[in-house]
Amino acid sequence: MLNYTPDEMMTVTAARSLRDRMTCFVGIGLPSEAANLARATHAPGLVLIYESGAIGAKPAELPLSIGDGILAETADAVVSVPEIFNYWLQPGRIDVGFLGAAQLDRHGNINTTVIGDSYTKPVIRLPGAGGAPEIAAACKQVIVVLRQSRRTFAERVDFITSVGYGDGAGSRQRLGLTGGGPQHVITDLGVLRPDPATLQLVLTGIHPGVSVAQVRERTGWELCVSPDLAEIPPPSKAELAALRSLLASVPGPNTQGANS
Amino acid sequence: MTLTEAIAATVHDGDTVAMEGFTHLIPHAAGHEVIRQRRRDLTLIRMTPDIIYDQMIGAGCARKLVFSWAGNPGVGSLHRFRDAVENSWPGSLELEEHSHAGMANRYQAGASGLPFAILRGYRGTSLATRTAGVAEIVCPFTGESLTAVSALRPDVTVIHAQLADRKGNVQYWGITGVQKEAVLGSARSVVTVEEVVDSLVPRAGAVVLPGWTVSYVAVAPGGAHPSYALGYSVRDNGFYLAWDSISRDRARFGAWLDEHVYGLPEATADRAAELPVV
Repeated sequence: MLNYTPDEMMTVTAARSLRDRMTCFVGIGLPSEAANLARATHAPGLVLIYESGAIGAKPAELPLSIGDGILAETADAVVSVPEIFNYWLQPGRIDVGFLGAAQLDRHGNINTTVIGDSYTKPVIRLPGAGGAPEIAAACKQVIVVLRQSRRTFAERVDFITSVGYGDGAGSRQRLGLTGGGPQHVITDLGVLRPDPATLQLVLTGIHPGVSVAQVRERTGWELCVSPDLAEIPPPSKAELAALRSLLASVPGPNTQGANS
Repeated sequence: MTLTEAIAATVHDGDTVAMEGFTHLIPHAAGHEVIRQRRRDLTLIRMTPDIIYDQMIGAGCARKLVFSWAGNPGVGSLHRFRDAVENSWPGSLELEEHSHAGMANRYQAGASGLPFAILRGYRGTSLATRTAGVAEIVCPFTGESLTAVSALRPDVTVIHAQLADRKGNVQYWGITGVQKEAVLGSARSVVTVEEVVDSLVPRAGAVVLPGWTVSYVAVAPGGAHPSYALGYSVRDNGFYLAWDSISRDRARFGAWLDEHVYGLPEATADRAAELPVV
């Protein structure tokens, strides 16, 4: 039995959700770790797109920021910031948007703006939107990766920075959001996917050694569990080695919910 | 013209100032010069305020911030920005908050001489209700509901580039961000450069700003540090990590400013050399 941390399991699960040759819009932090792990393991042809304008970046080491030189130097194309959003993201050309979150509700709506009831006098001022609202709106599907707790899995988010499924069925169509919304929410405990009818997040996969009771304990709403709940296989030796080698290449801690 | 003179000539108290550069080519030397000249009541515009505006906000230059992502990329919070928003220190800071796509389109509208830009964005978000300058608009051809965002027209835009020639034409490459739009949309502009050459050589992926679109060019080698200029320097990720603890504490931040900004009147002199005013 290999030793690994819940964070490592989360990143490995997130990497496995990507398939080879997908085009993937990547935020910095956990999403960038997972996408680069996928590229280093089962998805060498994954096309990484960073909002700094780097399309098809192939960094050999993990960048600290979305604008590190290595991204531009290894990209197939580098375009301006207006172009990356208008020509590449907005028309729905991109398969997967990979986002972090500080808070998430049962419909996959994301808050990365403020914690607290007051926008003008927040308890915690977070970085804000960055590229996330339009990534969440336009990508064919969205994958959210965040650590799960009652604080992060909230009954109500304090601010809707990026829309998941809004109020539920029909919301995205009413709002004219062209992309498919969050298809996977991946945490240190397992995986949640939207119920096809209600679009409420349902626990569909659980990491080894985690109980459903623990997941409920760390969810701020009444959690729905799939009748087909599956245990997710632990990281393989190769996955762990590739992840640790990637993490060793970054100069410091990455942060959650920090999609610059 | 020296950087000191260029900033004195263009940035005045109360101005709306955009200092752009998307992670790459951030005009830090110019930011320090604005702090050193103790400009006040500025409306600062920037997609990613980053360390450059964290320093200017902490130094008391800003009245208002127009932005779309205020973090220390890959590290965490901007502590001077948070202290201003959460505790009004050193003064209150008005926020005008957008998404990246919105800001990029607002700059594009400014460069195009249009009053607003159209995008698919903001729908269903709290930003749409929070932020002035975001409105629903109906397509006159299809009837589809879209989002309009108001144009950005800074009084001054400041950027950093790799090269200028002796006529003042500017060239930069690598991650080119939104600088072209920001310069073309502004009334005045300052470009700091790594070096001045006799003539510019065409280069793949490079943006060239003809000299007549730029008000002042000043030489500031290393003027992007801790950001970088592709081909000249690499991003000083160690400084971004160190900034987290320097900026966390008001006193330590103040000491850092004294030592590295106010205490270095000569820092601009060795960065800046004479160039003809364009």
